Amino acid sequence: MGGEPELILVVDDEPQLLRFLGPALTSHGYRVLTAATAAEGELLALSHRPDAMLLDLGLPDRDGLEVVAALRAWADFPIIVVSARGKEDDKVAALEAGANDYLTKPFGTRELIARIRVALRNRPGTAPAPTRYAFGRIALDLETRAVTRGGEAVHLTPNEFRLLLVLARNAGKVLTHNQLLKEVWGPGSAQQHHYLRVYMNQLRHKLEEDPARPRHLQTELGVGYRLVEDPA
Amino acid sequence: MDKPHERPDPEALLRRVEEEEARTARARLKVFFGAAPGVGKTYAMLQDARLRKAEGVDVVVGVVETHRRSDTQALLEGLEILPRRLGAHRGVQLEEFDLEGALARRPGLILVDELAHSNTPWSRHAKRWQDVLELLDAGIDVHTTVNVQHLESLREVVAQITGVLVQERVPDTVLERADEIELVDITAEELQARLSEGKVYVPDQARHAVQRFFRRGNLLALRELALRRTADLVDKDMRRYRESEGIRDTWAAGQRLMVGITPGPGGEALVREARRIADALGAPWMAVYVDSGNPLKEEARESLEAHLRLVERLGGEGIALPGHGTVAEDLAALAHSRNVTQVLIGRSRRPAWMERLRGGLLGELSRHLGTIHLHVIPVEPGPGRARPLKPSPPWWPGGATLGLCAGYVAGATLLGLAVHRYMELADIVMLFTVPILVAAIRHGRSAALGASALSVLAFDFFFIPPRFTFAVRDARHMGTFAIMLGMGFVIGDLTERLRQQAIRAQQRELRTLALYRLGEALVRAGDTADTVASAVRAVETQFQAQVAVYVPGPGGALEPIEGTRLPEGDPALSIAQWAYDHGQAAGRGTEVLPASRALFLPLKGARGTLGVMALARPETGPLWQEPDQRHLLESFANQTALALERAAYLAEAGATRARAEREELRSTLLSSISHDLRTPLAGITGSATTLLEDPGTLTEQDRRSLLGAIQDEAWRLHRLVTNLLDLTRLESGRVALKREWIPAEELVGGALGRLQRQTEGRDVRIALDRPGILVQGDPVLLEQALIHLVENALRHGGSGGPVEVKVHQTGRAVALVVADRGPGIPEAHQEGIFEKLYRVPGQGAGQGPGSGAGLGLAICQAIVGAHGGRIQVGNRPQGGAQFVVSLPYAEEPPAPPAEEEADGR
Repeated sequence: MGGEPELILVVDDEPQLLRFLGPALTSHGYRVLTAATAAEGELLALSHRPDAMLLDLGLPDRDGLEVVAALRAWADFPIIVVSARGKEDDKVAALEAGANDYLTKPFGTRELIARIRVALRNRPGTAPAPTRYAFGRIALDLETRAVTRGGEAVHLTPNEFRLLLVLARNAGKVLTHNQLLKEVWGPGSAQQHHYLRVYMNQLRHKLEEDPARPRHLQTELGVGYRLVEDPA
Repeated sequence: MDKPHERPDPEALLRRVEEEEARTARARLKVFFGAAPGVGKTYAMLQDARLRKAEGVDVVVGVVETHRRSDTQALLEGLEILPRRLGAHRGVQLEEFDLEGALARRPGLILVDELAHSNTPWSRHAKRWQDVLELLDAGIDVHTTVNVQHLESLREVVAQITGVLVQERVPDTVLERADEIELVDITAEELQARLSEGKVYVPDQARHAVQRFFRRGNLLALRELALRRTADLVDKDMRRYRESEGIRDTWAAGQRLMVGITPGPGGEALVREARRIADALGAPWMAVYVDSGNPLKEEARESLEAHLRLVERLGGEGIALPGHGTVAEDLAALAHSRNVTQVLIGRSRRPAWMERLRGGLLGELSRHLGTIHLHVIPVEPGPGRARPLKPSPPWWPGGATLGLCAGYVAGATLLGLAVHRYMELADIVMLFTVPILVAAIRHGRSAALGASALSVLAFDFFFIPPRFTFAVRDARHMGTFAIMLGMGFVIGDLTERLRQQAIRAQQRELRTLALYRLGEALVRAGDTADTVASAVRAVETQFQAQVAVYVPGPGGALEPIEGTRLPEGDPALSIAQWAYDHGQAAGRGTEVLPASRALFLPLKGARGTLGVMALARPETGPLWQEPDQRHLLESFANQTALALERAAYLAEAGATRARAEREELRSTLLSSISHDLRTPLAGITGSATTLLEDPGTLTEQDRRSLLGAIQDEAWRLHRLVTNLLDLTRLESGRVALKREWIPAEELVGGALGRLQRQTEGRDVRIALDRPGILVQGDPVLLEQALIHLVENALRHGGSGGPVEVKVHQTGRAVALVVADRGPGIPEAHQEGIFEKLYRVPGQGAGQGPGSGAGLGLAICQAIVGAHGGRIQVGNRPQGGAQFVVSLPYAEEPPAPPAEEEADGR
């Protein structure tokens, strides 16, 4: 991390948003580059190789999903898409096309910075995959396949374990229903959303203090789930 | 002549102009007309066709009967021949002219031989001339052939000449429609010569009849008829030309003919005669029946109706005139009022004494008519007498009835035997009137006759000396027998009439009742589907038939209404479409596609045809031919049409009302919302300007408070806009529900997670019946609904009291309960609380940053409604309001995943 501050490329056609994003990011120690169209954004991405990208899905010149797919063909920096509420399907599509996270307008600075941090930390190749995960009172040891809550062993079924592991490896990142289903149950298991929900529910009952008010295993409404390590 | 010669009557001029226009626009019909088969009509038609083809006309042979004559066949060469349609009828393969094929091919000119031909039962029309009319309507020129004996108006005359009653007839109007008539004429001798040379096609089985038909006398008469008819038609053309040139015919102008008709067999011939004379005069004509008010017998009524139908078919006007004075007065009055110039009445060949009685009418009529010409036409029962549709009751009883009559008579005889010692024979005779009366009343005319005959026998055998023989000593007793029989006859006839009247009255009553019931059902029906369902039910019970109703779909093409159906295997939809397009009945028992298994009636309302009702019954043969039944059926169809029309109007009115309501709501919403929008905006603007214009006097605390206000107000604005958008989207019905199974914990947890800011420092309790209750519905929408309910409870549930969120599962439904400990909701407001912008007095909205501006609960209701659920509100006994959302399962919840716990560590 040290040395040069990270470069964030913001692609959004709304001046109001750029006006607020620039100072917000700079004040948190990032360098900012802005573009108002997808074409300009792609060009800047190629020439400057940013560390992360904030992409509005509703750009005037090109469909946001296409931009994500095009970038993913060569770029591995994190992409956070920005979209309006009620467009959950778009978000899911963007995530499955390779976006790392999403933000729903309107959002506050705190949320924005948190997402960027998670995205930067999860950049591939930054660290070897750990064999132990811990969040809150919950710990997961990959080698012994043991899960503990507050030091006590928790019995998980194989599917529950795999689900937890996938979430833990992507901690902080939202995973869509389809991504989780594919990871845990293998390809061809899509459309079985209710199974995922039921397992998720069981996992919460076993790991969360109040399963109806989960601290770590959070629902991203209409999109998927996210494991939050240190909830605010 | 009250008008100048050079100025044609404007009406006539207009008519001529219209005809002229129609003539140039429409397709042309040419008829090759002959006196008898074998004169060479087909040959002439083909020769003409070859000429046309040489001129470059697109000629197609639709159907031509060459009867394998080589010279005719030779003419066919080089002409395009339309393939015939094949079909089977009662197991026999038949060929037929392919009307659909011709319409699809759309040639410039088509040849259709034998205009009078009757089509095979599976054809669209019963008669070929109907095919021809449809071709002409489609703009295709037609050349055709017909013989004089097939003309409707000449049928009687031809039958008189030849003794053969032709079954295949062509209405005269078709011939009049012709733009050109070519008479194909050869002399009688020549025709006879051709017949003997075998140049005339004669089917083997008819050789004898044909030879009789082709007698020289017949041929001469037929030829004369054909020539005259052609001359008449040509004359009409001539007259038309003269009119157009302003030359008025001194004779034909303003002629109007009226014929008086009565029910009975002579009427048909009289009508045809009237038509012929009217034609020769070029005069419009009418047939009048004076209804004296005496009820007609069933048979007479049917015959009268047949006459009036014939009149319409022959192009005249049929009038049933309610009588006021004598028949002669009424006829004369109508004749004067309608400017009639010629009056025809029939004189039947009845006995002279009957004619003398009628003679009064003639004399009186001629007195009243004044200058109007009166013609008396001799008529006799023609061969075309209408067969009574219903057999009249038999004259002699059947075996069972006769047995019963014998029983009655035996009773009377036993009684007579018991008392005959104390009574005169004349009294005993009176005893026998009893069985006759009983038989008449209980079993009708035939039984009365049977009982009287049995009575005569019994009386003779048991009481007339010498007793116990059928011998009669005293001739006076024969008179007694005659009187007994006569009495039986009279009583029987009287009671029979009474019975028939009673039956008819009962039928009428049943009909009225059926119509009344239908009317009642239709009045109660709301929309089109309801109306059709009621009508179908009523028609099905009344006519014991399968019923289907077709109405135009969104694309304009007919579609069957769901739930109504016909037996399979009929091209029902296309026939229904035809009936709809033409506004005419089609199918079984009509002239269009009579081979169909169903009858298709157009449902006609004031705004045109609204649909088609089809009726089918498993048996074969025509359906509902009796005038009564047919009448009732038509009444049903009319009622249904009216009801459909009403339903359409209602739907229209409903749509208009809904539109008006929407408009009003929109304006209320806007005026109400504008306040809610301006308040946060004022807060934001105020705080922001204060911060910007700060000369440096604000404390850090003030600055933070102003910034906090901006943030809060912005969030409030955001919520308001979101709610507005959500509600608009939900109410537009464009929200696609994603039905998924969601654990209740996830739903509740998600909602509370979003309300973190609002729930801070508040006591929110969650209670689930059991873990893992599944809720079926759209996760995003349901969470939103729950958010609104919890938010509402937080806002109105008093400051300290806990807010409870409970989930129960009850059978195939889940109840989400949100309860608070606030003041509750006054009962008077519990209904209105889910309406938009509704505010309970004293609990004003707009408190705090989360205010939904009275939209939250409306959104809840819209979401729950979209899920087919219900939302209710009530007050809890311990105080506070309680909202219950019940969501039904649309299907069984999935089984919980079963998983082997093999390596589960």
